[in-house]
Amino acid sequence: MITAEQAWDVLARVADPEIPVISVTELGIVREVHAGETAVEVVVTPTYSGCPATEVIARSIVEALREAGAAEVRVETRLAPPWTTDWITPEAQEKLRRYGIAPPGRAAASAQAQPLAFVPRVDCPLCGSGNTERLSAFGATACKALYRCRACREPFEYFKPI
Amino acid sequence: METITAKPVDTAHLDYVLRLADSALILGQRLSEWCGHGPVIEEDIALANTALDLIGQARLLLAHAGMLEGRGRDEDALAFLRPEHEYRSLTICELPNEDFGRTVLRNLLVSALQMQLWPALADSTDKQLAAIAGKSIKESRYHLQHAADWVVRLGDGTAESQARMQHALDTLWPYTAEFFAPTATDEAAAAAGVGPSWATLAAGWEQAVAPVLEVATLKPPARTPFLSRGKEGRHSEHMGHLLAEMQYLQRSYPGARW
Repeated sequence: MITAEQAWDVLARVADPEIPVISVTELGIVREVHAGETAVEVVVTPTYSGCPATEVIARSIVEALREAGAAEVRVETRLAPPWTTDWITPEAQEKLRRYGIAPPGRAAASAQAQPLAFVPRVDCPLCGSGNTERLSAFGATACKALYRCRACREPFEYFKPI
Repeated sequence: METITAKPVDTAHLDYVLRLADSALILGQRLSEWCGHGPVIEEDIALANTALDLIGQARLLLAHAGMLEGRGRDEDALAFLRPEHEYRSLTICELPNEDFGRTVLRNLLVSALQMQLWPALADSTDKQLAAIAGKSIKESRYHLQHAADWVVRLGDGTAESQARMQHALDTLWPYTAEFFAPTATDEAAAAAGVGPSWATLAAGWEQAVAPVLEVATLKPPARTPFLSRGKEGRHSEHMGHLLAEMQYLQRSYPGARW
């Protein structure tokens, strides 16, 4: 069997299937790990209600922990408190930026936003310029929007703060 | 002799959850029809993502409804194997998409309602419902922002887009009376602390929608006695066609998975 601490180490190497530069622990979706006599229980909070990656993540967690020696792995889904991008660790925010995805910053500001004329200022992850424009409110995955930098002309993705 | 023990089902509670679940499911189904047909790729993706969020919400709510019902039906059985009159969705959700303008206008009207509902459900005596609401609020907020943005752009746009948006509003507005029409379900659910009677949400909803319509130069028509009753299981002629397509696979190949 493995200890909870070992399990956390294993989970820190389980990559997010859509954004493989960050792990499921850096994404902040692993809330608790309990290691018992025979089973390891992992409590996961999903990102978006309809995110197709959620099931892939649960399978990856089970596989990784089994490989590390856990006889039985249970993944429990917990909805409350709801996941927020504020749970993405500062190190992972920096990894996202280096990967070319503008990190979400703090979620509180977007929660206050009024329905009209809401376009947050986003800095280009490539050249750092704040002179950017939103191309699309939605992107290739539920969690991202598409932007373009007016300074370096490169398009980039923005991790939406929620 | 076998003894059957079953808790009596709280029908109002179940009905209330199904109304939320089915409205999300049916609107999600309608929006998914846009996949591959959006006017530009960005909006194709936007509507598909919105549909995905709604179907995700529906899945959580239907799974919960299945638990409340206690007859062993899971979210798939409830989504795909019920007859039309058992769906508790708002009639507006099943209306055909028509053009992009009408689609985003409906998204505005419905997501503004969800933005009244989700915060009000945070204090529900049903802890699972409160948890689903807490999660959904972040998604609906974004849907509302996106829909409001387009309603303004198209309403306060060209003469053609303005006329089409006003026509869409004239068509859809009468269906919003259903949102707030009092029912026995609302009364019982409110008394039990499950959630607010939807009639109490009318003022907040109007306060959220009116400024968007004003900036969009659109005028809601006067209220009439027309009242649709989808949330009571009495649907329009469009619902059967929608369900025929949505249920086809599970009806033809029961238990099919991929």
